[in-house]
Amino acid sequence: MEFIETLISGLSIGSTYAMIALGYTMVYGIAKMLNFAHGDVIMVGGYMIFLTMTALGNPVVGLVAAIIFCTLLGITIEKVAYKPLRGASPLAVLITAIGMSYLLQSMAQMIFGSAPKMVIVADFGNLKLGSLSVPVYTLITLGCSVVIMVILSLFVKYTKVGRAMIAVSEDRGAAQLMGINVNGIITITFAIGSALAAFAGFFMLMKSPSLSNTLGAMPGIKAFTAAVIGGIGSIPGAMVGGILMGVVEAFSLHVPAVAPYTDAIEFIILIVILLVKPTGILGKVRREKV
Amino acid sequence: MSEIILKTENLGITFGGLKAVSDVNIEIRKKQLYGLVGPNGAGKTTIFNMLTGVYRPTTGRFFLDGEDLTGKGQEVINHKGIARTFQNIRLFNNMTVIHNVMVGLHNQSEYKCSFLETILRLPRYFKTEKAMRQKAKELLRIFGLEEERNNLACNLPYGKQRKLEIARALATNPKLLLLDEPAAGMNPNETADLVETIKFIRDNFDMTILLIEHDMKFVAGLCDEITVLNFGTVLAQGDTKTALNDPAVVKAYIGG
Amino acid sequence: MAKLGKIKWKHYINYIAIAIVTIVFGAMSFANLLPSSTVYLLEKIAISIILAVSLSMVVGFLGELSLGHAGFMCVGAYLGGKVSCLLEPVFGNGLITLIISILVGGLIAAACGIIIGLPALRLKGDYLAIVTLAFGEIVRSIFMNSGEESFGGSLGLSTPRYDKSVLFIFAFVLVLGCLAVVQNLIRSKHGRAITSIRDNEIAAHATGINVTKYKLSVFTISSLFAGIAGVLYSFSNFRVQSTNFDYNYSIEILVMVVLGGMGSINGSIVAATLITYLDTTLQTVLTGNLAVLQDLFYALILIILVVYNNAPALSAFRATHNLSVFFEKLRKHDPAHRRDDEAKWDRVPTKIEMNEILSVDIQSTSSTVDPDKKEGK
Repeated sequence: MEFIETLISGLSIGSTYAMIALGYTMVYGIAKMLNFAHGDVIMVGGYMIFLTMTALGNPVVGLVAAIIFCTLLGITIEKVAYKPLRGASPLAVLITAIGMSYLLQSMAQMIFGSAPKMVIVADFGNLKLGSLSVPVYTLITLGCSVVIMVILSLFVKYTKVGRAMIAVSEDRGAAQLMGINVNGIITITFAIGSALAAFAGFFMLMKSPSLSNTLGAMPGIKAFTAAVIGGIGSIPGAMVGGILMGVVEAFSLHVPAVAPYTDAIEFIILIVILLVKPTGILGKVRREKV
Repeated sequence: MSEIILKTENLGITFGGLKAVSDVNIEIRKKQLYGLVGPNGAGKTTIFNMLTGVYRPTTGRFFLDGEDLTGKGQEVINHKGIARTFQNIRLFNNMTVIHNVMVGLHNQSEYKCSFLETILRLPRYFKTEKAMRQKAKELLRIFGLEEERNNLACNLPYGKQRKLEIARALATNPKLLLLDEPAAGMNPNETADLVETIKFIRDNFDMTILLIEHDMKFVAGLCDEITVLNFGTVLAQGDTKTALNDPAVVKAYIGG
Repeated sequence: MAKLGKIKWKHYINYIAIAIVTIVFGAMSFANLLPSSTVYLLEKIAISIILAVSLSMVVGFLGELSLGHAGFMCVGAYLGGKVSCLLEPVFGNGLITLIISILVGGLIAAACGIIIGLPALRLKGDYLAIVTLAFGEIVRSIFMNSGEESFGGSLGLSTPRYDKSVLFIFAFVLVLGCLAVVQNLIRSKHGRAITSIRDNEIAAHATGINVTKYKLSVFTISSLFAGIAGVLYSFSNFRVQSTNFDYNYSIEILVMVVLGGMGSINGSIVAATLITYLDTTLQTVLTGNLAVLQDLFYALILIILVVYNNAPALSAFRATHNLSVFFEKLRKHDPAHRRDDEAKWDRVPTKIEMNEILSVDIQSTSSTVDPDKKEGK
């Protein structure tokens, strides 16, 4: 029973990671950049939920507000910081993204102070099935994530915009020649990624109500690790990597002897994967044009 | 007939099931100016990429001076004696002109100087540094770039950037020089100048040159022998004039 | 004597400046004129300079991003600190303990650099950034959860106290050493190979540069100095706590490199000094929630400087509005000395135009071919 409980908890954490990892992987695939500020968009979403919850008390309204705000934030970040650097060296883009992450964290701290806020989204209690006891929020997280990921996969596969996204990630120049508005697609990608981050923020607050300006930092890094493990640029890869990461985390936290080293274990997996299969589990080998 | 410098045997490569290049057999003799001709997407640059180790051929082999270099790494192939330029010029833009050439000289045995000797500034450092600078200056003088040697490479005019790229490739002391569309983007004056430069290199460096070119006039005026490619396969091969007049070539180009 | 005249003083000015600073403050210290806070600040500045100069080699010259510089420093601090704890009873508090600890801490950090660099540097892209970031977190969590008797666990490791009046002089001697290694390496054929990788990795490969070897060497040397800086830190603070070597510290070092100008060693030195000085002085001014202003400032430095220096749209503006142009104007008013780049740009740029010209060419050749063909038939 304990095994199943840990597994469900792991799947739940993992699906949250997968949601964040999707944002990283889509932006990486399409804009060819590592959006370091993505984790901090989660944190901003968290504060948005906090604000609406204190004003209106309704978690669903909070979620909607967070989604809208994060989407706008993602688009703004892209326009202000990343777009001017299109065509510049990847190093410059990466450093700017780190600066952006730092900026969001410090602005949040300026506005809301450094003391953590308590945001109790909702208490659903536990679901008991015989000797099995599972917190309901894990099931909600898991269910919502699966639905969102299915919708996203269908969107990318079957809509015009989705296919344009694939085209841009394959070859930006060729896509542009085919009449695809590359800048528009990049904006949409940032918007979708940030909306997913808002969902992730909501799930994370359901799990633990403490909200501070570094809420998104560690999960962001782990989700990026998950995206790399799954194969950066691959949407199913992000899901697989995220789930894998969550399950490893849950089981590692469950064993007292290794629990303190959980973060270290997850990062060691990353290093091992990069040694053994640098493209990640589902990643493709990319050829650079010479 | 002089000795064969480069020989490819059934060289081919497949990308995800798609045959990009197949069964290319080329023999290039010493001091030859050899052209690789064909429309866009014919696989010319892909052949260059195989010959320089960027891609690993899926079929066939190639030999430089009788030595099999198939599947070797880029650095190894360069050390063995194949140097190249790129279709879209790739200089070290934020380095000076002379430093670009000095990077080309990097691996030559007479300029060896270990990390330790460099850090401790032992006499060998000063000796090699001076010798490299001297050699680089000589090369730049040949290409008419000596005046600009302390400018950043990115500030050179286009034609001179092409020349600098060739000078850098020559600095690695190759047996075979690969030029990828050297005349692309040049105005007629620059092109004429380039033809002279290439002939000069062949004569004065005893260099064997394989070049890719679209421009038929350029090829006809320069190359001794050519291979015409279309869709990754060889259409015609041999003496420039005969190959260009080959019915298959004419058909492929004019479509009729 | 003729040879002396040829020496480029520009290349040695930073050594001379640092040596003078060391001698002046050293003399003041022996005359008991230096308050202990200044001594501590000097130690911190020396540590920052070593960190910034070594990171600048990776970021500014190799063009890779390391986000784990504090992690390598942490390895050096803990292991060097541990060695000094073990050696203190045997050799006392003297120079021998200092030197051995620095060697051990630095070399182990360098070994970690090799282990981390091997998988990450073979790959293209931003992998080094993410792997070094992961490394920093791994190191912290390992030392944080270490046993009380090995590395002090969450309380941190107490290290022996050193003679404060000498330590900063020793630290500045190490700064000079670090500077000599980095600068001599950069201004050599090896340095050119390193910068060629930054400028165009594909071309560097094709020019026969052993890219992986150079990337790994640079990264290892930079880890070595980060480790040495860590050992100095343990001497300077008497206590090593893993929480001090977090991601934010790595970013602070990165800010020094970016602020100093990427690819400028002297810039890194100045920026490291400035930021460390501000850090210490602002600590007392910006307390509580105001402390975040400093982070905000760092964030803005990173974004504004990098966008300004790299945005393609601003390149024309940069060419006329930068420091070197400004200094050049100050130095020589003679317009003949000014570089005139625009005049030399006479390229025929677009590929499409060229294809049009080519298609015309083919037509013209075909007209000469056609008669032959007819004759053949």
